Amino acid sequence: MEVLPEEYIPGFIMTLKVALAGLLLALALGVIFGMLSTVKVKVLNVIARIYVEFFQNTPLVVQVFFYYNCLPFVIGGRVPKFIIGVIGVGIYHGAYISEVIRTGIEAVPRGQFDAAYSQGFTYIQTMRYIILPQTLKMIMPPLANQALNLVKNTSVLAMIAGMDLMYHADSWGSDLGYFVQAYLPCALLYFVICFPIAKLSRYLEIRAKRTPVPKKMKGVA
Amino acid sequence: MIKVENLKKNYGSLEVLKNINLTVEEGEKLVIIGPSGSGKSTLIRCMNYLEEPTAGEVYINDQLMTKKNRGEMARKYSSMVFQQFNLYPHMTVLQNLTLAPIKLQKVPKKEAEATAMKYLERVGLADKAGAYPQNLSGGQQQRVAIARALCTKQKLILFDEPTSALDPEMVQEVLDVMVGLSKENITMVCVTHEMGFARQVADRVIFMDGGYIVEEGTPEHFFTNPENERTKAFLSKILH
Repeated sequence: MEVLPEEYIPGFIMTLKVALAGLLLALALGVIFGMLSTVKVKVLNVIARIYVEFFQNTPLVVQVFFYYNCLPFVIGGRVPKFIIGVIGVGIYHGAYISEVIRTGIEAVPRGQFDAAYSQGFTYIQTMRYIILPQTLKMIMPPLANQALNLVKNTSVLAMIAGMDLMYHADSWGSDLGYFVQAYLPCALLYFVICFPIAKLSRYLEIRAKRTPVPKKMKGVA
Repeated sequence: MIKVENLKKNYGSLEVLKNINLTVEEGEKLVIIGPSGSGKSTLIRCMNYLEEPTAGEVYINDQLMTKKNRGEMARKYSSMVFQQFNLYPHMTVLQNLTLAPIKLQKVPKKEAEATAMKYLERVGLADKAGAYPQNLSGGQQQRVAIARALCTKQKLILFDEPTSALDPEMVQEVLDVMVGLSKENITMVCVTHEMGFARQVADRVIFMDGGYIVEEGTPEHFFTNPENERTKAFLSKILH
């Protein structure tokens, strides 16, 4: 028998696509809500808090089932599985990433804001040039961790026949009764995506702790 | 240059500044002294609205400062040097110096870098342009911070205890730079405990205690014959 049934290929691609688009959505939501939870405006803090607490404290499976079964009634039309997958993991991990970004922003010393404001930078400019670049360096390891979990969590799509890797593995295995042969290569394919991310996370963690090396200046010094 | 009227600042029920009236002339070197908790840092931080006053007004060049225009006022008139230096750690020294001129004042990059190198030379750190703040000693970082404050070419520089976080042997190198600066037509407001510096450069000294300005006068007056009992007690403890 074949080692890797060819149905796995479209499944693998679907999983990759959902993971990538989901990650982009999660990052966008994470940055927005992470910033909302650090500004000095109570209403915005509360909105960010509600988002984070709701999506962190309910199971992803429930959320995805909700999008699959209830969303069509709300918007009055069928929702493609791909979209369900993307908003499913995107919104769920967006809540976690929002927390990662909030703690990252709060870890930047207050004096950095003082320095930026004293020079006349606006809040947005301060964030863009001064705070977020520092936040980013600190949060890269936990962020990579979130990306890794997001990839694995795309497998909930299998429960709603999402045409992803896990779905194909399961349906192929059930058809033939070869469960070991079905799940092992499936796990291996997830591993192929996740292991490099885990390695990257470790590398970024080490790099973030390093003291920077002075740059050689050409022409100016 | 600066006019402070009936300034009050509370943190919750704690009154840090009680009623401050103060005028600083253009080009004047004003030194603020006083014990910890007397409100001197809060006062200087109100001058560029890093702290928003609870009541009262701050005018820079006759323009009323508000929460809304504080960025514009900072871009136009003032810069600040902090106790903890507050250099941007993810940027090189040169990038620290050129960020505001390039992004806020729209100075061309080449020109901003040339200006930055000029001021780095002046604080004796031209060879550190490519270094990161973490590569530098405290004294060097503070000199870079002063150069950064100069790069935007404002008329007013606020110093909030610029030498208090330094190792004793690094204090002098920073003070030397500040003394050099005092010979120019820059308005300097400086919160400090360095009495030698105050004596050397101040046009006027104010002594704060408990949220009030208790006494003000020339350095001469202060160090030879202060009138207020509280001032005398404070000075006798720090002058030996």
